[in-house]
Order: sequence, then C-alpha cells, then structure tokens
Amino acid sequence: MVSRRRERLERGIKVRTDDVYALCSTKEMLYLVAPRLIPILVLLLLPLILPTYWQKVVIFTGVFALLSISWDFLYSFTGLVSLGQALFFGVGAYLAGSLNHYFDISPGLTIPISTIAGATLCTLFLLPALRLRGIYFAMITLVLPLIFLRIIEATAILGGTDGLTALAPLPGIWIELYLILGIMLVALFALRRLVNSDFGLVLRGIHDNDQAVKGAGINIYWYKAQALFIAALLGSFAGAYLTHVYMFVGLSAFALDFTVVPIAATVVGGMGTLGGSVLGAFILVPLSEVLRAFGPLRIVFYALLIVVFIILKPEGLFNYLQRKYREFERWVEV
Amino acid sequence: MKEVPLLQVVNISKQFGGVRAVDGVSFELCQGEILGIVGPNGSGKTTLVNLLTGFIKPASGKVFYKGRDITALAAHEIAGLGIARTFQMVRPFYHLPAFKNLIVPLYSPRVKRLSGGKFGDRDAVAIDLLEEVGFERDSFVPYKPASALPHGYLKRLELARCLALRPALLILDELFSGLSMAEVASTLPVLEKLQIEGITLIMVEHRLRELFRLANRVIVLNFGAKLAEGTPQEIINNEEVKEAYLGSEAV
Amino acid sequence: MLENVLIYGLINGMVLALLAIGFALTFGISGIANFAHGALYILTGYTVWVFLHTLGTPYLLAIFLAMAITALIGAAIYNVILLRIRGMRSSEIIATFALALAILEAFRFFGFVGAKYTLPTFVEGSVSVAGVIVDYQRLILIGVGAGLVGLLWFFTHYTKTGLAFRAIAQVERTALTLGIDSDRMATLSLAFGAALAALAAIVLLPLGQITVETGLNVLLNALAICILGGLGSVTGIVAASLLLGYAQIITVTYIAPHWLMVVTLVAIFVVLLVKPSGLFGKQKELEERV
Ligand SMILES: Nc1ncnc2c1ncn2[C@@H]1O[C@H](COP(=O)(O)OP(=O)(O)OP(=O)(O)O)[C@@H](O)[C@H]1O
Ligand SMILES: [Mg+2]
Repeated sequence: MVSRRRERLERGIKVRTDDVYALCSTKEMLYLVAPRLIPILVLLLLPLILPTYWQKVVIFTGVFALLSISWDFLYSFTGLVSLGQALFFGVGAYLAGSLNHYFDISPGLTIPISTIAGATLCTLFLLPALRLRGIYFAMITLVLPLIFLRIIEATAILGGTDGLTALAPLPGIWIELYLILGIMLVALFALRRLVNSDFGLVLRGIHDNDQAVKGAGINIYWYKAQALFIAALLGSFAGAYLTHVYMFVGLSAFALDFTVVPIAATVVGGMGTLGGSVLGAFILVPLSEVLRAFGPLRIVFYALLIVVFIILKPEGLFNYLQRKYREFERWVEV
Repeated sequence: MKEVPLLQVVNISKQFGGVRAVDGVSFELCQGEILGIVGPNGSGKTTLVNLLTGFIKPASGKVFYKGRDITALAAHEIAGLGIARTFQMVRPFYHLPAFKNLIVPLYSPRVKRLSGGKFGDRDAVAIDLLEEVGFERDSFVPYKPASALPHGYLKRLELARCLALRPALLILDELFSGLSMAEVASTLPVLEKLQIEGITLIMVEHRLRELFRLANRVIVLNFGAKLAEGTPQEIINNEEVKEAYLGSEAV
Repeated sequence: MLENVLIYGLINGMVLALLAIGFALTFGISGIANFAHGALYILTGYTVWVFLHTLGTPYLLAIFLAMAITALIGAAIYNVILLRIRGMRSSEIIATFALALAILEAFRFFGFVGAKYTLPTFVEGSVSVAGVIVDYQRLILIGVGAGLVGLLWFFTHYTKTGLAFRAIAQVERTALTLGIDSDRMATLSLAFGAALAALAAIVLLPLGQITVETGLNVLLNALAICILGGLGSVTGIVAASLLLGYAQIITVTYIAPHWLMVVTLVAIFVVLLVKPSGLFGKQKELEERV
C-alpha cells in the first residue's frame, strides 16, 4: 500500500519576491503589490457605481470594519478581550450628539473632539480593570455599556429613550463615504505598522508573558492603557461619525450589535491580522443586509459563526487566503 | 565611615496561607560581590527573589537598594533601577523570534535613559547580546521563534534579556539547572566577565560545584529561614547545612 | 419604611446571590467563565413553561425535568464546544458569550416574548412580617438561597466530589497527577453551574415575566456580584449580594428608583480601585506563581 501525505511548499514567486529581488520584474512587483492595491482600488471605486442604498451599506460596513480592527488590535496584540465595543462606540456617539445638540458645535469639530474625549473617557473607565488579568476586563467591558444604557433610560438624561434628534448632517454622501473609507484604510495600515514596530513588540510581549515584560523594566499598565486608548479612538470615531450620518443618537448606540459584529467579523476574517477584520466586516455586514428580513436571526447567525469558527477554523479566512497565495499543496507518496 | 551596601534586606517575610515561604531573612550585599543562595527544594529561594524584585510584596520587612527603600516599588520600577532577574521557569515571549525577545528590555525607559535618548539599531544590539550568551550568530538560531528553541537556549535567552537591561545587580534563579555540561562551561565565562565589569550577582543555584567556584559568600535557606551564611569553604564544613541537605534526602 | 428596607434588602440580596452563585461555582472550579449563564436561566424558564402549558406536565415534575435538561445542556456546552478550546481563556469567553446571544436571540426570533410567558408561583398568598407584606414566593426564595449556600459549603468541604473540586480549583496540574480527571470535573462544574442557573430561574421567574432581556440582566447582575465579591469565593458572593442588595433597596427607597444602576456602577468602580480582587477575593489572579 502506498501512503500519501500532503505537502506544503512556498510558491516560486513568493521566494523570488522575499528580498530586494522583487524589483527584478513587473510580474514580481505585481505579485507583491496586487493583494494590497486591488482591494484598495475596488474599495475606493466601487461606491462610485453603487446605488444610494448600497452606498449606505458601505458606510455601515466601514463603521463595523473600524470597530473590528479595534477589537482585533486589543485581542490579538494586547490580549484584552473586549465584550464591549459598544462602549467605545456609544460614548463617542453620545459625546458627538451632545456637543452638537447642546452646544451647537458643527460636525467638523464634534467628530474629532468626541473621538479624543471619548477615547480618554473609555480609557479612564476601564483603567481599574487593566490591573486585573483574565476575565475581569471582558466582564467590565460587557457590564459598562449595559449599565450606561440603563442609566440613560432611567434618568432620561441625554434625551432618554427618545435620544437626541435633528443633529447636524455631514456635507453630502461623498464626504460621508470617503471619510469613513479613508479613516478605515489609514487605521488599518497605521496599526499594521504599529504592531510590527518596537512598541508593538512590547504589546505582544505583554500578551505572551506580562511578568517578563515587568522584569524588563516596562510598566505594563501604561502600555495596556495606551493600547486601550488607541482601540477606543477607533471606536469613538465610529460612534461620533455615525451619529452625524444618522443625525440621531439614541440608546441603540450601546446596542450589542456593535459588540457582536466586530467579534464575528474578526473571528471569521482571521484574528491577529487586522486586515482579516476588514475582510470579515466586508463579508458579514453586506450579507446581513441581504438577510435583513430575518431580523433578530441575524445575531443568531453571527453568534453561531463565531462559535463555529473559534472551534473549527480559528485561523480565519485572511490567513487561509494568505497561505494559499504564498504556498501550494500537493500530494506526495511516501 | 562604613559605605552604604548595594542591597540591604531587613527581616523580610512572606507567607502563603500556612506556608512560611520566607521567614525573617536579613542580609547585605556589597558592590561587585557574588552572593550564592542555596537550599533544599521549597526552601523559599524563588520567593526571596520575587520579594527582592517586587514581583511579590512582603508581609513584613524591608529592602534597601543603594540606601533607598524599594520595598513598595512596583516590579518594573525595581527593574528600572537596574535590578534584573531571570525566571527559574523560563518566561520567553514564545511568539517572537529569539532576538526580538530582547527588544522589549532594549525598549525600556532605563535603556533609553542610559543610551542618552538616542538608540540606533536595536536588532543589531540584540543579536550581539545573543552571541555573547552563546547563540551562534550566523545560524538560524537567533531568528527562530522562542517556542522552537530547546530549553538550554531559553535559559540563556533569559540571561541575555537581563543583560539587555544593563543591570547593576543581576539575580539569577537557577540559571544552570537544565543546562548541559558544555552549556554550563560556556556560560561560566560570561558570568566571570560580568563580575569583572563590576556587576553584582546573586545566584540561586543547585549546582553547588559551579556556584562555590564563583561565589564570594553563600547563604543557606531552610524552611524559609536563613540557616547559615559564610564563605563557600565555611558552608561546606557546616554541620547544620549538611544535615538540612542530607536530612531532606534521607526521608 | 425601615422594616421595608430591612426585609426587601434581604430578599434582593438573596436574588442577587441566587443569580450569581452558579456562575461563580463554575468559574471557581474549572476557571471557565460561562457567559451563557443568563441564557441558560431564560432557557429554563421557557422549558418549564413549555412543559406546563404545552405538555401539561405537573409543576413539580416540570421543574425537575427542566433542571435536569439545563444541567445536561451545561455538560454539553463543555463537551461540544469548550473541550476543543480548553485553556485558551479568551476563546472560552468569546465562545460562551456568542452562545448566549445565539440562544437569547433565537428565543426572540421564535416569538417567545410577551406577557403570557409567566410561571405560576409555588404557593399563592402573602404574610405580614413586622408589618411588611411579603408574599410566600419571596419567603421561599430566601429559604432556597440560604439553603443553597449552606449546602454548597457542606458539599465542597465534606464530600469527595466537592473536595476534588476544591483541589482542581487550587492547583490543576497537581490535581491531575493525583488522578483527578479534570475534564470530568469541568463537565460537572458546568452542569452544576447550569443547574444552579436553572434553580434560580425556577424560584425567581414566577415573580415576573420571562423575557429575552432578563437573560442579559441576569448575566449583568451575576458579573457585577462576582466583580464585587471576588471570583472564586462563595463567602464573597454572599457578602457582595447582601451588600449590593441592601444598597440598591436603600437607593430605591430613599433616593429614586432610577439611581439603582448608578449605585451598582459606583460600587463596581470603588471596589476595583480600592481592592481589585474583590471584597473577599484571594488575590489569586493578582499574585499567581511567578
Ligand atoms: N504563589 C504561591 N502560592 C502558594 N504557595 C507558594 C507560592 N509560591 C511559592 N509557594 C510555596 O512557598 C514555598 C517556597 O517556594 P519557593 O518556590 O520559593 O522554593 P524554592 O526554594 O525556589 O524551591 P526550588 O528549589 O524547587 O525552586 C513552597 O512550599 C511553595 O509551595
Ligand atoms: Mg525556586
């Protein structure tokens, strides 16, 4: 009997492009550049031909992609499991809404202010939980948005259950579209660079082994807080931005969707890649538009996807595709 | 006037539940010395190291470094003062390549301060340090992920990570255990060189032969308390110490 | 007024303890944070309801069947899902959390909402205790809560399984070398935790409606109590429940009902700032072996 074994080999072109040799020919250059360039081009050109309804979907997807990047950054590089992306989102959203509603500040200012102030607030809220390891951070992040929701509901502050309405819109659909897509791309590439910098190495060190990082004379709380602040920046921006797109902010800003969808997108797309989060968001959010008729069943669907991917395919789509792009498989007899 | 000792430990204690892991230990350490700490398994050596480096807070007692009370400082602050320690149970960053493991200490505020704010190529420094502790520079070894390295290399990676911090006091928790004879032989000169450079060493060790060759002074712990203190020669001839060691083996 | 606060504070405290204790037990034994705790609570409510109204089962039988079913589901959660990701704490959190949402939202989708989903109280009527009207269900609730705490204490201190639980909770690796099967213990711990969620549901749900939102509320309360009391300490859970129970009732009585959540939030923050391991936490999380 001949037994067979599957063998994985790097593609020739992958090896040829590993070093400066990539500059040899256009084909090699393309091999390197295409996986980044083509999605970016598609992303930037697609909205031009989409009908208005789907343009809105792209906006929505961009928002979730930002939240997903933020989640993956916290989870894969700092080891903090956030069950409350809705916290970042909601705080940013309510700040922008309040600034516009009560102080009549224009979106051009409310969005940057709320992004920074929201991130600061969220970091302060979660600071006490950073001293603890394990599941405390997850617990607190899950509890906080729900408590804020209850408080707003019960005390009727910030518009109570009605929310704040008739807020200032952004000037036109094109600004809306390219603002979110631009920020998303900038965030993606900036974070990908950050996690490979020395700063990112320290974060990954903390994830791997926080005691050893302490032993190396580095204050891990300070680094965790910075990472948290960065993640919260993305979330708060998403919240502030969508508030002005909707011209409304209400209790739905703390809804579980903003927590679940980013997790699902990242788990499906591939954790630890950041790009996978975006990929996941661009698969799941449009898909859920298609499934709109099923209402709450969408969340069930997302939730089940998370469970299935976590236990059966933890590497996610992005890593899978990347592997296929770089390597090929063949059966060999042994 | 007597000069201030580098490290001064006063009556330090720590209990875990009912276990008195460290029980009223005091000692002093001068600049440039090599102090050995020995004792049977579970006698509290690692706990003592953890207390000195701030990883655990003592129930009572104090630690002074260059005359300054550092008992209440956090672990990273103590490391920042130049007290580096290795972990008995190796704690590498498994997902990072070996040389990237050293980036973390090289990125610390202490190293930034010592190098005057500007820092060139951390990767190059990391590779140099690894070569110093016996990683073959021109092989793949320094570039492999730590999870793929054999135990002997991980132990020496611990040492390199401490050296990256440019320590003034280096505490080695059983650095030699698990190393082959050849690896021990090649690591000993590194430690001798450190001594010549004026770095103070505390060595927790079970390998008494190597330890007694290096150490100026040895402390023996038993059930968390200091049983004896003296030169290696005095310790070898101490009846009580023999009994503690043999007694624990004879059971 | 004062009697009211005293009695209803106690009741509220017991409610919180009942909600939290299953979650805490599972975590204390196997280190698994079962974020599906609240979903299991609601699941039990619907199971009992279905037994009563669709199948016409007697109440007592329905209760026992529902508890058994929930316990089995707990065991299944470990063996189907958690077993494959054992030891990866973050994956455990995400998986159980996602499972919770799947269960709860599925109930919402299939229309298990509305006022008709209620369970009957065990015994109708009420008594006057020191001038305060208390219905029997709430008295039963206090009894069950107190009994449960006592039983748990006895169980973990005097029975073989209980002692094995404690051994696992302390040093998993050592326990393994002593021949304690950690997978079996983890399965049991999830089953026990689920059964306690079921018990809580059975005692508490007759006091209100079964709604999907309750599921999240239960989880929320359980987490708040665990943060306050400190994970892995039954004493801490009971003390935190009573403390928060009274704090909430005092707020509701003397300030205004809508400050209730603010009090919970403030309590969590103060504890995390002052004593991060919780009021009775053993600092295990903070000071593990270096
Ligand atoms: N975090 C902890 N919690 C509970 N007990 C502990 C803890 N750390 C250490 N101990 C106990 O304290 C005592 C001393 O342990 P320690 O690790 O300091 O001994 P040691 O001298 O380093 O032993 P070895 O030679 O095996 O390394 C032991 O009884 C140990 O079980
Ligand atoms: Mg030791």
